[in-house]
Amino acid sequence: MSTETLEAPVVKEKESLLSKRRKKFVTDPLNDDNPITIQVLGICSALAVTTQMKPTLVMALSVIFVMIFSNLFISLLRNAIPTRVRIIVQLAIVATLVTLVNEVLKAYAFDMYKELSVFIGLIITNCIVMGRLEAFALGNKPYDSVLDGLGSGLGYSWIILTVAFFREIWGSGKIFGYDVMGAIGFENFAANGLMVSPVGAFIVLGFIIWVQRSKTGYVEH
Amino acid sequence: MQQSNRYIIIFSLVLTVVLGGLLSGVSQVLGPAQKKSQDLDTKKQILGAIPAEKAALGDMEPEQILARYAEVISSEVADYQGNLVDTDEKGGPLFAENVNIEKNYKKAPEERLYPVFKYSADGKKSIIVPTYGAGLWDAIWAYVALSPDLKNIEGVSFDHKGETPGLGARITSDEIQARYQGKNLYDQGGNFVSVYMVKSEKTPESKLGPNKVDGMAGATLTANGVNDMLLKYIGFYQSYFDKHVRTGVLSMNQEF
Repeated sequence: MSTETLEAPVVKEKESLLSKRRKKFVTDPLNDDNPITIQVLGICSALAVTTQMKPTLVMALSVIFVMIFSNLFISLLRNAIPTRVRIIVQLAIVATLVTLVNEVLKAYAFDMYKELSVFIGLIITNCIVMGRLEAFALGNKPYDSVLDGLGSGLGYSWIILTVAFFREIWGSGKIFGYDVMGAIGFENFAANGLMVSPVGAFIVLGFIIWVQRSKTGYVEH
Repeated sequence: MQQSNRYIIIFSLVLTVVLGGLLSGVSQVLGPAQKKSQDLDTKKQILGAIPAEKAALGDMEPEQILARYAEVISSEVADYQGNLVDTDEKGGPLFAENVNIEKNYKKAPEERLYPVFKYSADGKKSIIVPTYGAGLWDAIWAYVALSPDLKNIEGVSFDHKGETPGLGARITSDEIQARYQGKNLYDQGGNFVSVYMVKSEKTPESKLGPNKVDGMAGATLTANGVNDMLLKYIGFYQSYFDKHVRTGVLSMNQEF
């Protein structure tokens, strides 16, 4: 893997920090190449943490952090990592970053830690992270890899936040714990129990994929 | 060179040392803050067993919570026979707040330590005991505030590790916990029966009576765990109650 670096065909002497090519690293995963809806990776956590917006946001930020820095470190080390043990090296770095996130949450956001700790740990197994390391960071320069990590992280985040939005408002009538339904006059809002169970996430996710594919015309081959 | 066994071994060793060092460093740096937030969380749960305190907790800063806790809670630790224990295994001083209920739960009931928290504020008194048990998926625990005569539950604060959100996890909601307030732990014959959560929800109060609370639809197995936990764990405290609380009540009565 590390031998396939893209350093050979340097087109320009100096590329601008946000060139068109680089912007694509960030924007592609938001829609056309979304890790959840198109690549269908990271579904497990998309189901597990999305009952409410607040933990989902923390989860999203954690994943973005882990993706950016694991991409960065793997890319920095890409010429030093022995090919035969690259997967375990990636795992070690991802696991370290994930543990860091968990420890910081435990120290400064204990409520979130209690709620999310299992799922934060499981970021290690999130296919999006390892997928980007294998497919991108091992063969590209650090800055490009950071952008790629940011893009995939954001792509993951906006989907799980959207799922959480619908699940929280239908499942408990709230947004970020604020009683929206009560505030707009639905005092006796009947919460939908289906939405707080993982099945609800599948349904919402299905609708998002449906809407997205009918717009982009994406078809699986 | 890069693919030689020697290189791979050295690379792995260096990586392990660097990452390991980083993690242990972080754990050292964050340790005190983590202990503080864990401590705050426990104290919040203990205070939360008293309904009046719980209502105030939401608007309080961490320092205020700790100050309030120090003001109204005193604690002691008893063993299974009800004798007070004040040194830990290593001979150091033992504080009820530091007794790890989860670790104790793994021992046989006779070998466990039983912390007791005494609440006293504005003339109101209450005895708070921690309980621990198994829900449907994972551990559940509670701090139960008992009236000074030990007959009624004044309030509870439940928590859990992995119950289903919206179903079993509802035990952490105020709605469910309020159902326990004022319920009676003893039947009319004076036998300890604990408080029992019935199956199915919206049972009329007239059918429930003083020893039962309304159930949670779709979470009967969690409710069973809660029932089991309360019955057993409050039961474990009976010899402490006999030696230290009931005698106190009696002697107080005699003085009057």
